[in-house]
Formats: sequence, C-alpha cells, structure tokens
Amino acid sequence: MAVFEATAVVKRYGGAVVVGPIDLAIPEATTTALIGPSGAGKSTLLRMLNGLIRPDSGTVRFRGRPLPSDGLEPIRRQIGYVVQGGALFPHLGANENVALVARWLRWDATRVAARIEELAAVVRLPHDALRRFPRQLSGGQAQRVSLMRALMLDPEVLLLDEPLGALDPMTRFDLQQDLRDAFARLGKTVVMVTHDLAEAAFLAGNAVLLRDGRIVQQGPVEELARAPADEFVARFVQAHRRSP
Amino acid sequence: MIALALAAALQIGSKQFTESVILAEIAVQTLRSAGIEAEHRREVGGTRVLWEALRARQIDLYPEYTGTIVEELLEGKRDLAGALPRLGLRAGGSLGFEDTYAIGMRRAESERQGIRSLSDLARHRELEIGLTNEFLRRRDGWPRLREVYGFSDAHVRGMQHELAYRALRSGGIAATDLYSTDAEIQAGDLVVLVDDRRAFPRYDAVLLQRTDLPEAASQALARLEGAISAREMVAMNARALLERVPEAQVASDFLRERFGISQAAAAGSALRRIGKRTVEHLFLVAVSLAAAIAFAVPLGVFAWRRPRLGQAILATAGVIQTIPSLALLVFMIPLLGIGAGPAIVALFLYSLLPILRGTHAGLSGIAPELLESAEALGLPASAVLRRIELPLAAPSMLSGIKTAAVIDVGTATLGALIGAGGYGQSILTGIRLADTGLILEGAIPAGLMALAVQAVFDVLEWAIVPHGLRE
Repeated sequence: MAVFEATAVVKRYGGAVVVGPIDLAIPEATTTALIGPSGAGKSTLLRMLNGLIRPDSGTVRFRGRPLPSDGLEPIRRQIGYVVQGGALFPHLGANENVALVARWLRWDATRVAARIEELAAVVRLPHDALRRFPRQLSGGQAQRVSLMRALMLDPEVLLLDEPLGALDPMTRFDLQQDLRDAFARLGKTVVMVTHDLAEAAFLAGNAVLLRDGRIVQQGPVEELARAPADEFVARFVQAHRRSP
Repeated sequence: MIALALAAALQIGSKQFTESVILAEIAVQTLRSAGIEAEHRREVGGTRVLWEALRARQIDLYPEYTGTIVEELLEGKRDLAGALPRLGLRAGGSLGFEDTYAIGMRRAESERQGIRSLSDLARHRELEIGLTNEFLRRRDGWPRLREVYGFSDAHVRGMQHELAYRALRSGGIAATDLYSTDAEIQAGDLVVLVDDRRAFPRYDAVLLQRTDLPEAASQALARLEGAISAREMVAMNARALLERVPEAQVASDFLRERFGISQAAAAGSALRRIGKRTVEHLFLVAVSLAAAIAFAVPLGVFAWRRPRLGQAILATAGVIQTIPSLALLVFMIPLLGIGAGPAIVALFLYSLLPILRGTHAGLSGIAPELLESAEALGLPASAVLRRIELPLAAPSMLSGIKTAAVIDVGTATLGALIGAGGYGQSILTGIRLADTGLILEGAIPAGLMALAVQAVFDVLEWAIVPHGLRE
C-alpha cells in the first residue's frame, strides 16, 4: 500500500493554480525526490502531504486514510519534517530541540538520552554540539540536529524540503553521503524536495519532475535522462549536466 | 483597602486647596470630639470629583460654597433647599463667612482716600487697578462689576496674580481682585472692599452633606454654623499657607479657642510619611500591573491568532491610551467612587497597550519556518504556545511590560487627584502650599521607584529570556 496517495489535488493562491491537478502515490520504503525549477510547486506539494497546507480540492491519504481536518497531531508525529536551514528553535539547546516532543510524551530521561545517543551516531554529529544553542552551530551541524529532531520518535516517513539548500559545497557533499547512508540504514519512506538533479540521482531512487504545478514525468532518475517525456524534461536534464 | 477598614467611620472629603483642607479638618475633629468616628479623605480632587464622590456615597460630606453649588453643580438652579434633597443631599447653614471674588486695597490707602466699598472705588476713576486675566474674562468678574458699578476700563490692566500683589504693595496699583479669605489679606495688611450692590454671587462656605447623615453627626456639626468669621478664616489660611503650620494643627487650635474642644493633631515624621506614600504607590502600581499582565498577554496571543480582530483590539487599546488621565479618572468616579479602585483601573487601562503591543509584536516576529516546524512536530497548539511561541516572544513581551511598569510609576502620581494617595499626594500638597521640599518628597521617591522598577525588570529579563536568544 502506498504511504501517501494524492488524488486530483489542487492548490490555488489568489485564484492562480500553484499545484495540480496532481495524482501521486509514494510507495513504502522508497526515496522519492520532487524536482523541478523554482515555482514548480514542489514545496507546496510536500506540505500538503503532512497537512501544513490544505488542498483546495482533491484528497491526500496517509496510509489509506484521508488527512483529517482536525487532530492531525498523532499523524504528524509519524512524519518527520526537515526544512532548509534546519529551523531549530533558537531558545532551546540542540539536545532540547531534539528531545522536545519526546519530553512532551513523557519519555523518561534515560530513554531520551539513549535515543539521542543513537541518532547522533546515525547523523554523525559530534557530541559537544548537542550542548550548544542553535546560533553556536555550523550550518551542517544545524541540519544534522534538525534531522535528529525529525527522527526522534522513529517516524516511518521523512519529508525534507531542500535539506541541503543552504550549505556550502563541501558540507553538502559530506551530508549527502551521510544522508544516503542513513536512508539505507533506516529503510524509511522519504520524500524530499530538491532542485538539483544530481542530488536527486544520488539520494533518491525515484524522481517526480514538476513544472507549473503539474507532474511532467516520474520514474528512476536515469530514465528521465535516457527517455525524457518532452522537450522540457530534456532541457531540465541538460541544464544539470553542465553544472558541476 | 483603606475604605474597607474604615467603612464605619464617616468620610469627610476636602478639595485641593488649603481652606478646604482646614474646614474638613475642623469638621472631622468636631465629629470626633462628639464621639463619632470620622476620617478625613484629604485633597481628593476638584469640585467635580468631590461632588461625584458625595453622590456615589464615597464620602458623607465636604466643605463647599453656595455659589459653586448653584453655578457649577446645579447649573444655575438657585433654589438649593428644593434642588439638593432630590439628589439626597443638603447644604448645612453658612459657616459664617464667604469666600468670594473681592477687590482689595492696602489698608492705609483705603483709609486715606476714604474708600470702603466698591461704589467708593468706582467714583475714584483716576486709580490704577490691576486685575488677573481670569477675573477680567469671567462673566461674574469684571464685566459684572462694570455693569453694576459703572467702572471704566481706562486705568485697568491685566496681570498675573503674584505680580498684582507685588504691585499693590509697592503702590504701583491701588486695587486688585482676590478671594475674600486669601491669606495675603492678612499678610499684606489689605482690606476687602464691601460689595454694597451685591454684584458678586454669594459664596457662603457650608458643609455639603448627604441627607442620610446620622442625626448625631448633623447635630455635632450644627455648632460650626456661623462659627467662623472671614477674618478668622483668613488668619487660619495664613497660618497654614505662610507659616507652614499643618492644617490639622490649625483646625485643632481654632476648636480649642472657640469651643474648648481639644483634639490632638497627629503630625507624622517625613520618613513615616514617605513610607506610607511608598506603600500606597507600590500598591497602585503592583495591582494594576499584575492585572494588566494577566489580561493583556492572553489578549495579545488572541490578537495574533486572529489578525483581523487583532487589529481592532490593538486600535482600541491605542484609543484608550489617548484618553487624558484626568478625564478617565473623573469618568470612573460614578462607577467606582474615589480612592485606589478607580486609580488602579485607570493604570490598568494605560498598561494594556504596551503589554499588548509587546506580546503581539513578539509573536508576529517569530520566523515563519519556525512556526511551521513547530506545527509539523505534532504537538498540540497549547504546548506549542507554551514551549515555543511564548519563549520566543519573551524579549518583546518583557520589554512591553517594563515600559508599562515605568509609565505606571509615573502615572500613579495622578492617583492623588482622586484620593488614591501615593507620591502624588506629597506633590499635590507641595504645589498647593508652594512647598518645594514637599514636592521633592514626592517627586524624588517616584523617580527612584521608576529606576528601581527598571532595574528589577532588567534582572527579570536576564532570568526569564531564554539564554539561546541572547547575543
């Protein structure tokens, strides 16, 4: 069964359609990259999967059930969410950011500590960084902490919006490697937004290429390169070949 | 608080000028000597405030003048005996003197020229007359004198009150307007010219009281009727104003001489007075600020969650801020009476805007990706508010609260205008008595308290604002 299933989903802003109509199914334990140029509606589509944005029409199903209009909290706790820059809460230390929801769920201290230990190893975060405040972390460290926060409750699904967007090339290179290892090791269903085809190819088995809110082509990234569905896909692939 | 403790005692009000305070003190000591508990609510405010307080049963009586009752309070209804009882009030008989507009001359000058009445003065057209600008303008002032006595404007000039006295003493002018019981009459050896054609309205001093005043109290006070001559009142005003004798002492000396009543007049030390004022002032600030925080912080959160309603809420708080404080205080007397109650409500209202703004601005300033990430965590809205949104808004909220607190300390001095006490009381009394020391006794502690409040909030800021948010 698909983890997410979007059916005839449409989102408008001020009368203009930004997304849709779109039909999309995300199979279990796959890594899917939503790619496309800026303004294609990738981030909007991603946010409709965890209910941060409500579609104007159509349905989003999570594990077969339409997202309820109220009481989304239990569902959101099963969906990890990471955005560009990490969006760590600046008033909380790194470890408090990670532990926030677990504490609210009244996990005991040893369980919290053990889980943080485990996750720090997964995302390869140096130990002393956990005691720092977000403003004292490097960009790469902040992103690793943000990933730990998303993984804390061991959700089945991870949604990532340009998780490596704000990083310098070397940090990005390292993190791409670590992300790929983590995804492989954890076996979670991952949906990530990126505008970088190479990153998509490296991290994701599947790519969904969007243009003006519609899906142009989907399938393994190599297939996009080998058999572009139209002129636009061909040009999108070509544009990425030239960049480093 | 104070009103509750003394609920059984009769409440005697006084206005913010020396004669009113002395008369109220005389009434209080007279009642006490008759075994009736009475409390002096000193310098509660102006005519309007006392009148409203009397009608709202906040006080039981206060010294007033018949002319004021007719002209200002009953809008020209001259029939006091008919109009007052309908309001549950009555005016006692005249205390024996008038405090009205009058024209005064130096005694020597008056005797040399044989001028005893206003008619006499009107005949001496060559004399220079200096008049205050208010007297020149008021309908019942100079225009009325011109009409009744046929004065000419040829030798009249407008001048400031103090300067007029100085000019009178030096012989620069022959006559000036004054109140018939001014302390300066005695000090400057002046005579009040007889208003032989009754141009000025009557301003007989009376005790304006509620009709339901206990019989024993009415009887005790009745002996004061006709007991005080204008000359005695002038002398008492002069003692209080020029010799700085406390009003309670002046009143008790008068009662001892006149009736053989002896009532100890308690005179507190300056330190004890400052202590009492500090407690009153802190009480006003603390209660109003605590209430404002409890109300404005949740309201700020609400205004942020509902942007359209929020704009209306912020605009309303802004409008409240523009209401002049004196007007706000007077509006509240019919609802809340006098004393700490209305002062606290007024301070509460003035504190709303800074706290509301601080809360609203703090929440509005949270980066959208943080709000989104918080929502995506799957915590209920209340937990997000408590753990994430409010801590992030804390610096702005606290600075709003700090602003409100400092403004409160300053504005609370106005509480003295309606009998709430505090440092403002010392300042008002100091202004009335032209006693700089007394003014500073209120102003300096008020300034120090504002600084202390600032310091306390700086410490609080350090303790409350999350360390991660500091530079």
